[in-house]
Amino acid sequence: MGRLFAIEIIYRGIFQKTLAKNISRAIVLAAHEDGKPGISFGRYGDSPERNGIPAKNFAIVATDDVTLEEGMAKYEPKEVDITIAVDDTLCKGVESWAWYGLQPVNRLLKPGGTLIVTSREKPETIITMSHRKEHPYQLAIMTGTVSFSGLWAYKDDHTDVRILGIISRVLPDLFTLKSVQKVIMDVSKDPIKVQSAAKAFDRTSSITVRPDQGNPEAPYKFDLPKWHEMGEGIAIPSIPAGGAFEDPETHAVGGFRPDRNPTFKKYTTRTMRPVINFDTCIKCTLCWLQCPDSCFDVTPDRLYDANMLACCGCGVCEAVCPVKECVTMVNETEFADNASQWEMWKKDKKGYEVWLQSKIAGRRERSHGFRYRGQYEEQIPEMLNIASEG
Amino acid sequence: MAEAATSVQEHKKTDETALITGSEAIAVACKLADVDVITAYPIRPYDTVMQYVAKLVANGEMDCEYIVAEGEHSQFEIVKHASACGARVFCGSSGVGWMYAMEALTVTPALRIPMIAMVGNRALDDPGAFGVEHNDALAVRDLGWQLVWVNSPQEALDTALIAYRVSEDRRIFLPCAISCDGAFLTHSQALVQIPSQEKVDAFLPRYNRADLLLHPDNPITVAPQGNEDWVMEIRRQNFAAMERTAGVIREAYADFERIFGRPYGNPFFEEYKTEDADIVLMGMGTLSTPVRVAIRQMREKGKKVGLVRMRWFRPFAAEELANCLTRFSAVGVIDRDYSFGSPYMGGVLAGEVRNALYPSPGRKPPVLGFICGLGGREVTVPDVEKMADSVYRAAEGKSQPLTQWVGLRE
Repeated sequence: MGRLFAIEIIYRGIFQKTLAKNISRAIVLAAHEDGKPGISFGRYGDSPERNGIPAKNFAIVATDDVTLEEGMAKYEPKEVDITIAVDDTLCKGVESWAWYGLQPVNRLLKPGGTLIVTSREKPETIITMSHRKEHPYQLAIMTGTVSFSGLWAYKDDHTDVRILGIISRVLPDLFTLKSVQKVIMDVSKDPIKVQSAAKAFDRTSSITVRPDQGNPEAPYKFDLPKWHEMGEGIAIPSIPAGGAFEDPETHAVGGFRPDRNPTFKKYTTRTMRPVINFDTCIKCTLCWLQCPDSCFDVTPDRLYDANMLACCGCGVCEAVCPVKECVTMVNETEFADNASQWEMWKKDKKGYEVWLQSKIAGRRERSHGFRYRGQYEEQIPEMLNIASEG
Repeated sequence: MAEAATSVQEHKKTDETALITGSEAIAVACKLADVDVITAYPIRPYDTVMQYVAKLVANGEMDCEYIVAEGEHSQFEIVKHASACGARVFCGSSGVGWMYAMEALTVTPALRIPMIAMVGNRALDDPGAFGVEHNDALAVRDLGWQLVWVNSPQEALDTALIAYRVSEDRRIFLPCAISCDGAFLTHSQALVQIPSQEKVDAFLPRYNRADLLLHPDNPITVAPQGNEDWVMEIRRQNFAAMERTAGVIREAYADFERIFGRPYGNPFFEEYKTEDADIVLMGMGTLSTPVRVAIRQMREKGKKVGLVRMRWFRPFAAEELANCLTRFSAVGVIDRDYSFGSPYMGGVLAGEVRNALYPSPGRKPPVLGFICGLGGREVTVPDVEKMADSVYRAAEGKSQPLTQWVGLRE
């Protein structure tokens, strides 16, 4: 049997779907230039894609048709040579709406395989976010903002071709830089894009991530029930309503915390999370009313605490809050846990104020121009600078 | 002006005899079963049922929500939802009306809804024709519907009561369609024993939706989207429910005989003059009448022909039927339906009978298929004799076409 190559592209549906598809197709076309057959496909169960929910695209390539069929006989690859995450917050894990439980970003990586992440963060941040792996693997960071290339009017920021250049560097057996440059030229007719791929090839470096590095948590798992263990009639018991809970400081009981879905968590749906200034909150209830995911717990002292079990990071609370910087959306890469902010504030209000300011000050923009009119245009120069300077 | 009905009439304490059609018999069964929600949309010949039900409601003899929908799709959707909320329901249709409801018909067994429907069997369009063909009801044969064919108004009434008992059994919770041949059953009157309410109440417990009840006190989500991680398990549950139907049907017929004193013998198929038969004919619904007459005439000429009339098509009593058929030297299956392009181009029942016989350890008699009586065409005694003659020739080892059209101008 010949050699089988598998590459997965993890992205956030639906915004990055075209980007992921373009990368996946170009991998197969470039390998084809080098005489290898291949296929490219999106994970069928991810579709119809939900906004921001992690999804996957796969490129399977082989040295011959018979070997390729070995790869095609599976619904999706069980192990990959390269995992590409086109959003660094995906390193916290992948929870597709097509499966249950949380999969570490590096779950499918073969020993010595490479995780390519587009990020402006340092390798340490990415490693801390990613779950530990039983064997060493390589990490290559492609400096860049989270790309929406291929989506509506979003600019092409060369994320796709830069990633292709990196692949030809870290896995030269798959395809050469020359082959991928030919494909880029054929598809885009843009010599600058061809150049971008070469620059990425030249500048790439990867570091080895050891088994003792990374998030030591066991990822959240869910066992699918057997047919006779499931309820009949396609009827699912509802999530109980929930109720009052205790203030850890005063021991007062009150407020309201809705019960949450026991099997679908939203830890990896988010790219941002609201940071709440409880000292300036006027208890107007708007965030609680408008949250589409009922993520706010009403605390016994009638404040509103965004519960990270339920928050999907949409930013509606920030948009509706009438108090300046009372609710601020902050990049998910800034957080190592899903702890309650209200509990932190109750324990140490001074300490919380310091923590809050550190999160808000100099925060990395993640809103893709959705915060206010004209914001995207303001972000373009930085985006282009990263693309040309890497 | 007639006096408006203000209350439901006192339930009758004793049995009585009435001259009613098959459709009216089904309507009476609905009254006796105290059905909660009935939806209607007119299409001939089913519409006779809705007319009789409307009359019962207007006369104050029956208390139910009676809703005339704007089409069959809504008609079946409304009762599906009502049943999910714990209501005993009834509806029905015919021909292309039934087909128009198809999406609702597919989701009903998947959601384990014990809906009882009457199908007034009618040829599918085109051409627009009112006469009987069985293709309408057979269109749902793979989906988890229980399908039963009756051949008299008495059997229609009794089977409707039995269908409620079986379908609403918590072990089953599957819909059931009772097929009544258009015209021959829906529009012709016969003397029917109408049982007392007391007997019906003793036979038929109230519908209890139990853990699947859609109600604020039992908050559940019904019919969410599911992906490949769930669908096989859900289908396997329906398979299990359908597997249990045979046993529950047997229980219900035994109880029916005990309470009503009317025995049906084998619930799944009825045998007529088979004890000494050389060959048998098979079929469903009212064509049993001309077949029985022909059998009596042929027996006078020394031809020992019998009849096996299938009542329950789903579940299909395959093993039992295969055992029964081993006794005969050849079998002729009369289909009032077609399945173009099917194996040997035969009708649906013929294919099912061959399928039932194949794994049987016993002797496998040759099975001939006859397509006959389409669009409500009369199945005549000479037609039946012609079919029997061919079956006899097959029994003698002579080659016969596996599918023959009988009663066709040619």
